[in-house]
Amino acid sequence: MAQTSHPPLTLRQKLTQLWEKIATNRRLLPILLVVGLALSFLIPEFNLVNPYVQLIMMYVGINIILTLSLNLINGYMGEFSVGHAGFMAVGAYISAVLTTQIFARDLNPWLFPLAVLAGGIGAALIGLIVAIPSFKTRGDYLAIVTLAFNMIVKSVIENIEAIGGPRGIPGIPRLTTLPWVFIWTVLAVWVIRNFIYSNHGRGVLSIREDEIASDLMSVNTRKSKLLAFTLSSFFAGIAGALFAHVLQFISPKVFDILKSTDILIMVYLGGIGSIGGSILGASIFTILLELLRPLGMWRMVLMPLVLVLLMLFRPRGIMGMREFRWFVPIDDLEATRRWRARKEAGDAAASS
Amino acid sequence: MTTFLQQTLNALQLGSIYALIALGYTMVYGILTMINFAHGDLFMIGAFFCFLGATFLNLPFIPSLLLSMVGVAMLGVTIERVAYRPLRSAPRVSAIITALGVGIFLENFTLVFFPYPQSVPTLLKTVIWNIGGVTISNLQILIIVVAILMMIMLDVIVQKTKVGMAMRAISWDKSVVPLMGVPLDLIISITFALGTSLGATAGTLYAIAFPVIDPYMGILVGWKAFIAAVVGGIGNIRGAMIGGFILGIVEIMVAAFMPSTYRDFVAFGVLLILLIFRPYGILGKPRPQKV
Repeated sequence: MAQTSHPPLTLRQKLTQLWEKIATNRRLLPILLVVGLALSFLIPEFNLVNPYVQLIMMYVGINIILTLSLNLINGYMGEFSVGHAGFMAVGAYISAVLTTQIFARDLNPWLFPLAVLAGGIGAALIGLIVAIPSFKTRGDYLAIVTLAFNMIVKSVIENIEAIGGPRGIPGIPRLTTLPWVFIWTVLAVWVIRNFIYSNHGRGVLSIREDEIASDLMSVNTRKSKLLAFTLSSFFAGIAGALFAHVLQFISPKVFDILKSTDILIMVYLGGIGSIGGSILGASIFTILLELLRPLGMWRMVLMPLVLVLLMLFRPRGIMGMREFRWFVPIDDLEATRRWRARKEAGDAAASS
Repeated sequence: MTTFLQQTLNALQLGSIYALIALGYTMVYGILTMINFAHGDLFMIGAFFCFLGATFLNLPFIPSLLLSMVGVAMLGVTIERVAYRPLRSAPRVSAIITALGVGIFLENFTLVFFPYPQSVPTLLKTVIWNIGGVTISNLQILIIVVAILMMIMLDVIVQKTKVGMAMRAISWDKSVVPLMGVPLDLIISITFALGTSLGATAGTLYAIAFPVIDPYMGILVGWKAFIAAVVGGIGNIRGAMIGGFILGIVEIMVAAFMPSTYRDFVAFGVLLILLIFRPYGILGKPRPQKV
């Protein structure tokens, strides 16, 4: 056999080439989606993996929605919202009240999407209210507003007897299934990705870089903030609704500041301003917590240590400010490529 | 009238604890412009140090207070050295997330050793006086007096000593001051030691007033103290004291004259309203933004 003149590729180079092929091949994405959707139906139908793993998969999906929606505010808009569990609570409670008290029990599987949607819309309306203080206050003070919002939501729920007060709502039917989680997750990724690369989304990005400058460049900052907050709280509400129907029991305690902290950790673990990062962060966090379960109490000690170490050695998180090429529009990729080529040409000219 | 006086006293007691913790937040913020979210948990560790000293070493009140202050100050300085210093030039948010992580670590680490709420042994015998229908216990007086003493001491340190002058200078400009021969790292360590030992004092006083402690007690108290710091204007030491007392008064008065479940609701509502009218807190000054 004829020997090739090239030196044999190292494993690393081979892997890089493979990755390069996967990352630039956009046709894979729809195929993956179809395969994923089919799997999400087949797995519960034929019990391909045990129910515990299925449960974890659902949590991964819900956490991806949560992380993405918070990343919109904390990553893309550059604010520091610490009360995301509040929006989640609104969505969870609205949908749980609908499925346990208003909808007929036997119609529940059909009306479930409506309940989830209602949860999302309710949370979005509340998000509008929270967006208003963000026009004037920024930074730490806005963080306080969102924190106070989280506490107020919890406190209000505790004081309404009709929805169980501090005892919460028990006996929620388990309506969240793997296909539903998959569909909502894909929807969330799709909508948020398209929002970010739309005009409004770029307005949101410009607010992060410099609010005054973007205002001067005739970006309607108020509208962008309003949109970002509404969209973010909408998906938080959706995630809350799905979450309530997996857990089957909700109480105000579930949605306290600790839950918000969990979401924050997932966002910063994955990296701010990155859709791929959010997906990675949420998956890694959820799965790692489960894998470490044999450690018992020590896993909760180990987890924050991992986070601190990650922040020390990679302060921007796993994917901070970078993105999988699949999620970036082709025009943007082209622009980056041209920019890089020009820069290289410039560098070469300068050095010669 | 007597209930009002009684509640004012309770409010002063709670407010002084909030104020002590808020001081720690505000000092660190003033110097590093970083929110030390682990501070609430250092408060909890302070309470646990006091508990350990009282249970296993049979220490009386003053030594266990000192033990807790020194222990937590050392812990605070270590945390700053290990976790915050490498991140000083990193994006601000990574430092905040690190602080959150450190806080969760402290909570869960304590939880491993003390999974159940612990009751602190009585360090001081409670004496109750009844003055015109108002019951005053010696603990209440002690808490208020110790807190106020600590605050006066801190104020003297910050306003009158050289170290305090260096602190104020660093919070003014972090890049020029080291060029004037001020040891930046040392001053930051001292700030952390002072702030966290105040938090430890608050923890000890809290453990005496409400003698059941658990690893998660620092979360809510810590966040509330942070709110107190913001209400007073974060970075402003006198503001933190005022904010702490305001929050204490609002909470106790709500609990006294309304169903107690509304306590958090009204307290945070007041905070939001206050932030609308004074977006930079009571004593805070808006920083002019350069374009």
